[in-house]
Amino acid sequence: MTTLKGPEGSHARTAGGTGMRLRGLIRKEFLQVLRDPSSIAIAFLMPVLLLLLFGYGVSLDAEHVPVALVAEQPNADTESFAGAFRQSRYLSPVVMPGMREAVTAMDSRRVDAIIHMKQDFSRQMRSPDGAAVQVIVNGIDANNARLVQGYVEGVWSKWLQSEALAAGRPLDIPVQVEDRVWFNSELKSRNFIVPGLIAIIMTLIGALLTAMVMAREWERGTMEALMVTPVTIREVIIGKLIPYYILGMGGMALSVVMAVGLFGVPLKGSLWVLFLASSLFLLAALGMGMLISVVARNQFVAGQTAIIVTFLPAFILSGFIFDISSMPAPVQVVTHVVAARYFIAILQTLFLAGDVWAIILPNAAALILMAGFFLGLARKKSRKSLD
Amino acid sequence: MIKEFLAILLDKKSRVVVFVPPIIQVLVFGYAATFDLKNITYAVYNEDSSALSRELETGFKGSTHFQEVERIRRYDQIAPTIDRRDALLVLHIGPEFSRDLTTGRPAVVQVIVDGRNSNTALLALNYVKTVITAFNNDFAARNSITGPPARLETRAWFNPNLESRWFIVPGIVGLLLLVVTILVTALSVAREREQGTFDQLLVTPFRPVEILIGKALPGFIIGIAEATVIILITVFWFRVPLQGSVATLYAGVVLFLFSSVGVGLMISSLSVTQQQGLLGAFLFVVPAIILSGFTTPIANMPHLIRQITYLNPMRYFMIIIRGIFLEGTPFSMLLGQFWPLAAIGLFNMVLAGWMFRRRLY
Amino acid sequence: MTEPGDIALAADGITKKFVSGSRKVLALQGVSMQVRRGLVTGLIGPDGAGKTTLMRMAAGLLTPDEGTISVLGIDATRNSLEVQSSIGYMPQRFGLYEDLSVKENLDLYADLKGVSLSDRPGRYRELMSMTGLGPFTSRLAGRLSGGMKQKLGLACTLVNPPRLLILDEPTVGVDPVSRRELWSIVYRLVKDEGMSVLLSTAYLDEAERCDNLVVLHEGKILGSGPPKSFSDPMKGRTYRVRVPSLKNRTLQERLAGQPGVVDVLVQGEAVRLVTKDAGQQETAKLMSGMEGALIEPVAPRFEDSFIALLREDRPPAAQSAADTGKMASAAVGNNGETIIEVKDLQRRFGDFYAVKGVTFGVRRGEVFGLLGANGAGKSTTFRMLCGLLPPSGGKLSVAGVDLRRAAASARARIGYMSQKFSLYGNLSVRQNLDFFSSAYGLSGIRRSEMIEWALRQFELAPVAGSTSADLPLGFKQRLAMACALMHAPDIIFLDEPTSGVDPLARREFWRRIDSLAEHGVTVLVTTHFMEEAEYCDRMAIMAAGEILAIGSPSEIKSLARTTELPEPTLEDAFIALITGKTEGAAA
Repeated sequence: MTTLKGPEGSHARTAGGTGMRLRGLIRKEFLQVLRDPSSIAIAFLMPVLLLLLFGYGVSLDAEHVPVALVAEQPNADTESFAGAFRQSRYLSPVVMPGMREAVTAMDSRRVDAIIHMKQDFSRQMRSPDGAAVQVIVNGIDANNARLVQGYVEGVWSKWLQSEALAAGRPLDIPVQVEDRVWFNSELKSRNFIVPGLIAIIMTLIGALLTAMVMAREWERGTMEALMVTPVTIREVIIGKLIPYYILGMGGMALSVVMAVGLFGVPLKGSLWVLFLASSLFLLAALGMGMLISVVARNQFVAGQTAIIVTFLPAFILSGFIFDISSMPAPVQVVTHVVAARYFIAILQTLFLAGDVWAIILPNAAALILMAGFFLGLARKKSRKSLD
Repeated sequence: MIKEFLAILLDKKSRVVVFVPPIIQVLVFGYAATFDLKNITYAVYNEDSSALSRELETGFKGSTHFQEVERIRRYDQIAPTIDRRDALLVLHIGPEFSRDLTTGRPAVVQVIVDGRNSNTALLALNYVKTVITAFNNDFAARNSITGPPARLETRAWFNPNLESRWFIVPGIVGLLLLVVTILVTALSVAREREQGTFDQLLVTPFRPVEILIGKALPGFIIGIAEATVIILITVFWFRVPLQGSVATLYAGVVLFLFSSVGVGLMISSLSVTQQQGLLGAFLFVVPAIILSGFTTPIANMPHLIRQITYLNPMRYFMIIIRGIFLEGTPFSMLLGQFWPLAAIGLFNMVLAGWMFRRRLY
Repeated sequence: MTEPGDIALAADGITKKFVSGSRKVLALQGVSMQVRRGLVTGLIGPDGAGKTTLMRMAAGLLTPDEGTISVLGIDATRNSLEVQSSIGYMPQRFGLYEDLSVKENLDLYADLKGVSLSDRPGRYRELMSMTGLGPFTSRLAGRLSGGMKQKLGLACTLVNPPRLLILDEPTVGVDPVSRRELWSIVYRLVKDEGMSVLLSTAYLDEAERCDNLVVLHEGKILGSGPPKSFSDPMKGRTYRVRVPSLKNRTLQERLAGQPGVVDVLVQGEAVRLVTKDAGQQETAKLMSGMEGALIEPVAPRFEDSFIALLREDRPPAAQSAADTGKMASAAVGNNGETIIEVKDLQRRFGDFYAVKGVTFGVRRGEVFGLLGANGAGKSTTFRMLCGLLPPSGGKLSVAGVDLRRAAASARARIGYMSQKFSLYGNLSVRQNLDFFSSAYGLSGIRRSEMIEWALRQFELAPVAGSTSADLPLGFKQRLAMACALMHAPDIIFLDEPTSGVDPLARREFWRRIDSLAEHGVTVLVTTHFMEEAEYCDRMAIMAAGEILAIGSPSEIKSLARTTELPEPTLEDAFIALITGKTEGAAA
């Protein structure tokens, strides 16, 4: 039989303070992460899967758009015009014998546009007014329609130039546009989608990770056991924040490596700025998750809320795909509470433009505010009490 | 029997949860999700202060799409203006502009665009070209210059003003229907499993088919009611024209609900806890939205991913609802979209019913 | 020390309200109590009595609406951090991280409680030898048995020796052997370390082990003092009675409704009777007119006084409980024919056998109990019988069929009441009855008749319109039972039907079961309350997935009969069986 020391001696033996308690909490959290594959999956597998899926799945660049070419009286002139289309890498023309077939093809979505050269194309071409080429685009997807329209115009102006060159006379266009697209000269949509994606993925990871783990402690009754020890609530919050911050930054690093290595997105800005900005954002996202879980105290409600308040708003209201400045003013106001909005602005600039402080600083300030707000509120809401 | 099932799943609280957020979302997203550029911010660097260059500027000032935010005086101001996103594009009119124009040489206007969002950049450039083409036509007519040998007369069918809202809002119908039905059904079995009432059901003389119907109907009915509300908002609030027949539209809605309820029940029957159900729902919904053609055309996706989209019920529904709304596609032409929905629904329902009894431990 | 005298915990006029949904719950109303230093104080009461609320307040986790609570002389509400550094608190379910090992759980709590690194090895050694967990330090807490988890939870709260130890239901669902071990540890702590202990329990037989008792019921204190102060007033009021010409159950029925009877229940070969007034003559009067009645006084138990206390504000249950069987039973066939048959049943999860080689038979009209601690394999066996889980091996048949493969109509012959009284919480009582009656295919007049019968029989009519989630536990239990019985099944399966409800509700429940059995309904029931097994005709004791013994209560008890223990309880028998088994394995 063993004899234990009397409890009167216990206070003398009490050693260590915040440091020891925090160390204990953090070590516990890491051990749990290692044992429970689901948080590792959320932190590492989810970014990889989502990046692959979105990165390849979400592309606004139309290539090889099928267009119907209808020449009512085929001859050398219509052939030269059609030839210009064949050279475009954006369009893939299909020659159709008449408008009827072309319209059927359009209705059944086999082509996105019809280029219609009328009977007297050759004669009109030589008249002072020039020939009118009818272009019909399928307007259902307005964005796609505009892109196709732009491609057709591009082919047309190229053809005009080569015609003029062949005829040895200058091109009679009074004002020509010379466009310079900065930061993304090839206008690859992947270059702006992938940084935005990283922000969305990090929103999800941050909120899901903390929302689920905090709620889990409540459900399993371990939070109750923690709270009767001498830990303070601040230590509990920091003890959760540090491990998941590290985990989240791991996911972030993985995402950046994939963005640069796999998707070939240039990274013009400096790494330390990226690191700091990501840290700020992650703190805001973790803070949000923590707040959700403190309020919900139930894994199920916490998970549901985390998905509803993070994913759809981050997808639609963050400027990820839809331009914020084109939204109506009241909706623009709403976007200010979406943390991803600021991070996306920073990421797109950092990746494609570089360290532009005028963009980074105000957005970073907004992130600091949000992180402070969420963490502060989470701290305030979670008293060391079960009331 | 079915009546009781409904009573169980249609309590007051979940009615609010199921109906209020989607309506708010339709309104907010309907306004937010648009590809139409309204206030394209631009700065002008005009080195040629002539009447002609001012006339060109007027073309931009007069357009509702453009908004001048800054006048640039020196060349080295251009870069910071773009970098800081003060303006999306800079219009640079060189000092030779009016002299070139009057002497018949082509005058060049340089447009510098912020390419960070390539889609916006591309669209903005198109708008610029439209304004400049208008200027050109005007100038040519005044100075009786022979035009180019061919000009384009562009028209857009089904959506003449190319309003992307017409495209996006019907898509949101599908998006919200999917999210709501999956959330309602994917958790229904798991919730009963956790509460222990599912065991209770299984020991009653109900056959799996009856339980399946009982579980599927609430999602179905909620879905139809919700679809009606959202479609009314689409037509009367957002003024998206409904070209096709209402009957065909509802045929599509019913089949889509059938397939998404099937997927939801499948997820539900596979999961033991509500948390698993939630994760499963999430893992299905996110790819289903992205790979549906809701925001980005399926045609732009790589071949392999395009093949995957054939498993996605939302893909078919996007074609159905947009076709009926904007093109007035008749029933017969949508058969190719209808049968895969029915097949996906049937497959999942059967599997879910089979799993009810097997997945219990 | 600043605290006055020898009081470790003092609560004064504590009131606490909770709001759940639309309902306000008064968890504690004006509770005053004390825990004396160096003693074990037991907090006794059924679920929902307010035990946990009171303990959480003592640990500084809840703030009282009214009143004060001081622990070791410190105000637990205002200076909760200070209190928390000098007490040990083990919540229900032990507060362990299941994905951490034994050692890692200890390390965590040692870090949190500020045990210096140099003190740890010694302290761990002491705790490990005390709890017997030494060989398992690297095992994950989730992989431990219930009894081991309980001991690890205790070790974690003791890692920095506390002056007051608060244990919330430390013995629930744990096997009797582990329960006895826990009690001996607790007493060792009190004796060797002078620790003060406050623990709560729903097992009334554990009350007698405490130095001091506080009996809590529906947020109010029914009484407090040493166990003797409860049993003394019962002296001369407790008897064992027997009438050779009557079945014990019939005798119980006869006595139950009589004035002057506080409690009557079948125990082993006789009926235990508690009277209102002391004296053997009074008892003899009650039994007059019964041929050859044997009356023998017995020692009072804590449970007797608890029932007596409860009876004071609740009249005895209506006669209806005993009539339950009349309407419900539609059983046909010969009593005595074997209706449930299980042969060499097995269930494997991965490489773990939850049930192995289980064989038993249940005869028609019999009350058959499956006994064992949590994790013994009772529920798994049960679920296989109901067709909810496919067996990995062996044979089973219920009313001649395997419910898993049988046609849906075969299921109409059974009733099932699941653990936790599973009901549709958002439906009203009447809607629940409506739903289950339709689920069992009742319709028309028969259906409305049965619903009316259920509302009347189970005393649910006053709450017919209330949402079932808001009902007190006892009502939920009755409603769950009503739902399982409306279609008049031949066989009913009851999974932990009495856990958490107060002893009166349990009595009433068993009267209904008896009545059903009288009318030829076969009842299969699981329980982890050893004393409830007394109500069964026959039972099987399970541990670690195997059946240790099958037989009638007295047959099982006789297995443990020795010269030192002439009248063993079922718990003694259980412990003898378990230790006998491990010794046999060692030999």
